[in-house]
Amino acid sequence: MEYFLQNLINALQWGSFYAVISIGYSMVYSILMLFNFAHGDIFMVGTYIGCGIATLFLSLFSAFLPGWLIFILTIVVTMFLTSFVGVFVEEVGYRPLRQAPRASAAITGLMIGIIFETGNLIILGAQRFKFPALIKSVAYHKGGLYFTNVKIMIVGISILLMLALHVFIKKTKWGMAMRAMSFDSLAVPLMGVSINVIAPLTFAIGAGLASVAGILYGQAYPILDPYMGILLGWKAFVAAILGGRGSIMGAAMAGYMLGFIEIFVAMIFPSTFRDLIAYSIILLILTFRPRGFFGMEHSIRLRL
Amino acid sequence: MPPLLSVKAMTHYFGGLCAVKNYNLTIKPGQIIGLIGPNGAGKTTIFNLITGVHTPTEGTIELEGRDIVGMKTHKIASLGLGRTFQNLLLWRHMNVLDHVRIAHYSQLKYGLFGAFFGSPRRKSQEAEIEENSHRLMKLFNIDQFADQTVVNLPYGAQRRVEMARAMATRPKILFLDEPTAGMTPDELVHMVKIIRQVHEDFGVAIFLIEHRMKFVMELCEYVQTLVFGEIIAEGPPEEIQHNPDVIEAYLGKEDLT
Repeated sequence: MEYFLQNLINALQWGSFYAVISIGYSMVYSILMLFNFAHGDIFMVGTYIGCGIATLFLSLFSAFLPGWLIFILTIVVTMFLTSFVGVFVEEVGYRPLRQAPRASAAITGLMIGIIFETGNLIILGAQRFKFPALIKSVAYHKGGLYFTNVKIMIVGISILLMLALHVFIKKTKWGMAMRAMSFDSLAVPLMGVSINVIAPLTFAIGAGLASVAGILYGQAYPILDPYMGILLGWKAFVAAILGGRGSIMGAAMAGYMLGFIEIFVAMIFPSTFRDLIAYSIILLILTFRPRGFFGMEHSIRLRL
Repeated sequence: MPPLLSVKAMTHYFGGLCAVKNYNLTIKPGQIIGLIGPNGAGKTTIFNLITGVHTPTEGTIELEGRDIVGMKTHKIASLGLGRTFQNLLLWRHMNVLDHVRIAHYSQLKYGLFGAFFGSPRRKSQEAEIEENSHRLMKLFNIDQFADQTVVNLPYGAQRRVEMARAMATRPKILFLDEPTAGMTPDELVHMVKIIRQVHEDFGVAIFLIEHRMKFVMELCEYVQTLVFGEIIAEGPPEEIQHNPDVIEAYLGKEDLT
């Protein structure tokens, strides 16, 4: 039982990364009907930006500001900076291809990803960076369970961000325009809404969320390398598909589910079998429910 | 009085196909103008060209003296051009109230910061829009469906949602693409009433595409007939109704041999 609960905590943390990243895939898909395959690498760039900002802030402010405040400042500034990476990818990479076949956009996304990876390698070199610990890790032992404040914080901040996003989508004019675009994008401009505002905004939010996931990831697994975004990005993409194309709620839930499946498979089977078995299960789910948990029938417009 | 909308010598090619040829239109404030013509004549293309979905190959379009050719669709919409679509373009799983609220988008002026922290400006704007939305829904007789998703509504009600949505953008001219398509005779009579009322209450000019002659005759003060992208006849409805060219385009040439 304790063993089970211990794994549940680990799964919650692990699922939080997937959930927050996969939302970026889902949001972009829901308004532009394309998967931004550079998203995993935007996550990587965001982590590096976060690492840089955290190091800078620690050297500047650590004398007179408490750690948690530096942590929050780092998150805010990193989100802000990384959102421009998202806007850049949209404007330079995808906007010229809006009328092009979806395959062209998908290939562009993959190439942007490679450019980010190799660009990082050229600029920063091959040495690995260590993400500074912004919050002093405190371990708790309660009834045989072991958890740290970092774990709680990772889950807490992820859920808080998802709730904020939910409010944004439901209540603000941009959020409403995004929801409308996910059903039909032809009528939206005729209501006075510019697609060239909504699309970059969506990318900015996705990138901002990914960068926070990056900072949180850096707190749990502090070693950074330029290819860290690939595997995590693909798995988050799987979560976006499993949740149902374009469903934000679905992506978040599937992200957590993916985390649970991976952790519990590793609990039962040898850990080298983890991905093999975990993804076989997901393949099986998708066989019986090809449109995912919350996906809508997109039969007319689906182009990928 | 200067015209609200003036289209001059508009021509459009899709590849080598001439979809609209030398089209002219003048709409004065408060006018109701009809555009009729057989299927495939290019009526919806004309709507798309004026509302900025496509950019015409040649010609000028002026909205209140302002050149709008090549302007982005959302810009044209916020300048005062509202429209509905022939095959309903509603956001299937959103509710009716949200449809009408989103159409107020360009009237909502709050920043990202104000949106999240509930600035007083945002609150007063939201309240105003909420009220206006309810008024529009009442006018179009869809207020009882406010919380329902549009896919579940009867067809006639869906059409009215589209019109309410278009009116929420506060247009000076309303473009209606076949407002009675697929309607029952009862709904049709109701629609005539609604269009009349919108016309009177808002003082909006209306430009509509229609197939049913009776509907056009009853509402429009001026009618254009489009065949293969060209206007073959225009004038007051009584005149158009008896124009031999129009009858031929609709019913075919009488075979005398």
